[in-house]
Amino acid sequence: MTALSDSTERAKRRSGYALRPPASLTIICLLIALAGAALIALTMGAAGIPLARLPAALGLWADADAAAGPTLARDQLVLWSIRIPRIAAAAMVGALLAASGAIMQGLFRNPLADPALVGVSSGGALAAAAAIVFTDSQLGQSLRFMQHHLLPIAAFAGSLVTTILLYSIASRSGRTSIAIFLLAGIAIAAIANAGVGLLVFIADDRQLRDITFWMLGSLSGATWPKLATLAPVLALALIACVSIARGLDVLVLGEAEAFHSGVDVERLKRISIVLVSAMTGVAVSVCGVVGFVGIVVPHLLRLVIGPAHRLLLPASMLLGAVLMVGADTLARTIVAPAEMPIGILTAAIGAPFFLGMLLRQRGLVSL
Amino acid sequence: MTFCRTLVLSAAAGAFLLGGTALAAGITVHDARNRDVTISDPARIVSIGGAITEILYALGFEDRLVGVDSTSLYPAAARDKPGVGYMRQLSAEGVLGLNPSLVLAAQGSGPKETMDVLDAAKVPLVLVPETFSEAGLIEKIRLVGHAMGADNRAECLTAAVNEDLTQLRELRARVTKPVRVMFVMSLLNGRAMAAGKNTAANEIIALAGGVNAIDGYDGYKIINDEAIVAAKPDVVLSIQRGKDSVDAETVYLHPAFALTPVAANKTFISMEGLYLLGFGPRTAAAARDLSVKLYPALALQAETFKPAVSAANCRL
Repeated sequence: MTALSDSTERAKRRSGYALRPPASLTIICLLIALAGAALIALTMGAAGIPLARLPAALGLWADADAAAGPTLARDQLVLWSIRIPRIAAAAMVGALLAASGAIMQGLFRNPLADPALVGVSSGGALAAAAAIVFTDSQLGQSLRFMQHHLLPIAAFAGSLVTTILLYSIASRSGRTSIAIFLLAGIAIAAIANAGVGLLVFIADDRQLRDITFWMLGSLSGATWPKLATLAPVLALALIACVSIARGLDVLVLGEAEAFHSGVDVERLKRISIVLVSAMTGVAVSVCGVVGFVGIVVPHLLRLVIGPAHRLLLPASMLLGAVLMVGADTLARTIVAPAEMPIGILTAAIGAPFFLGMLLRQRGLVSL
Repeated sequence: MTFCRTLVLSAAAGAFLLGGTALAAGITVHDARNRDVTISDPARIVSIGGAITEILYALGFEDRLVGVDSTSLYPAAARDKPGVGYMRQLSAEGVLGLNPSLVLAAQGSGPKETMDVLDAAKVPLVLVPETFSEAGLIEKIRLVGHAMGADNRAECLTAAVNEDLTQLRELRARVTKPVRVMFVMSLLNGRAMAAGKNTAANEIIALAGGVNAIDGYDGYKIINDEAIVAAKPDVVLSIQRGKDSVDAETVYLHPAFALTPVAANKTFISMEGLYLLGFGPRTAAAARDLSVKLYPALALQAETFKPAVSAANCRL
């Protein structure tokens, strides 16, 4: 009898609408969480602005104490040129990473797919490492005019080239094989990692340190101009998510089935791939390689809100942003004045939470 | 200062320590790995570490040098010696191929596998302790001199170095208001990697009469942007290194440094890497040069500081 009720229960949960929160509630909760995370992030930092001085520094109201002049000016500068752009960058990068993970998993119908797995971020990392090691060389010197932007541009170009390469390997006479894309991606990731290994081998001490820190990811050095490169991609991603959500839902049934349901599968694949590479590319170019967000966030959400992409994609963006803002706040405060690489924290925060969810659902969902 | 307790052991004690290795009358050196290395014939030396090479030249042993690593950039003649690669990425074959009878390597040389192979090949390998301090510098010179069987030459050089350090101390005593210096190793994509405590940079700043603006961590780490503002550096110091050095404009435009006196007063200083951080015989002179840059008012006094090391002849 227990077995019977258990299995009906299981079936109910798998089809699941009974237990799932409504879409609007999910989004509102996540928005509140993001606002909360951002507020907490705003009050913390190595420069130490006390809570009492925060509203004035934010310009919310004029401080009656004119005596606080120089402190106020300093607080304002710290907030507006360092802390706020960084929080915004963390939120945007988190959103981009989580959404690109969700899209990839939908596209490949594979729960393990993630930009890092299919070599897109590895390609970016390889290009970034090459930029670090070869700034000294002839080529680096001829690119000196764009020295300050060389690294992000290289990272973005690396991601893009990897994606184009993968796409052309996987495409034949207008059709793209997702299986080949995934397998070729793993191979290319291996090649890119070998390339990074080689660069690590020829790098000197300082370059080695730079590469290591780059690979671990950090949002240090986020500035308004960098936000300006993130924002358009994020906006594009938001718009595109709406248009690809239904396609991704139907694709779960298989390519042929999706095609017969009236989805232009090839177009869907093209849009998704370009989107993912742009999203991963800008994210890598701003903060290096940050793993785990792209895997853990969409999975976590699928367990709670189900697999429908119309809700999953925006919710992933929001939860990715929350996770990233939280992780980054820790990254810049727990070992101050130094910085903890953020990749360590996203994994350290996300993984136990994710495991807990898995254990709780183990009896109910078969993955 | 006993990390290089130098002794000439009796044959019996030597045999005991070396676990039965056949032993000729040689020199025994206690090295950074806390073991005693016996050197019978320091005729073909591979030197790993810029400071060690500098010391060997100052002691007049350049003819015995058969190989150097890529950090051995001074004196310029050292660059013409056969290279064995970067000190942390040595290849055992490259070193053994030079058929050395002694390898003098700075602590931290590697990788470990290469060092193990050199040990297995029974090449006397002395790891010279790398301690960034005045005493560490003196010990380094003594140890290298002793390994070469030239204690008298080493005494001559340490005397000169000590004289320079004394002159430096006098110069430093004139500093009334120490400036806060932040040593920035690299500034990549807006991320600054700065020197904390227990670094060569920390020590050279102190020797020059400055204060390291960072005292919250050890080693070289990525520093938080807000922490840069909170540390209030008066000066940013960096090293010229190839063409990928940190440059002044990047520092002044950095959002965090822009909020410090560094950008307002345009106080970015860049010096030659081995000279500034090598902790070789020229360290006192490097600290003096840095001092003059930190405190222009000291320039006049610094004029009278004539490095004894450059005048001394300890080659005989």
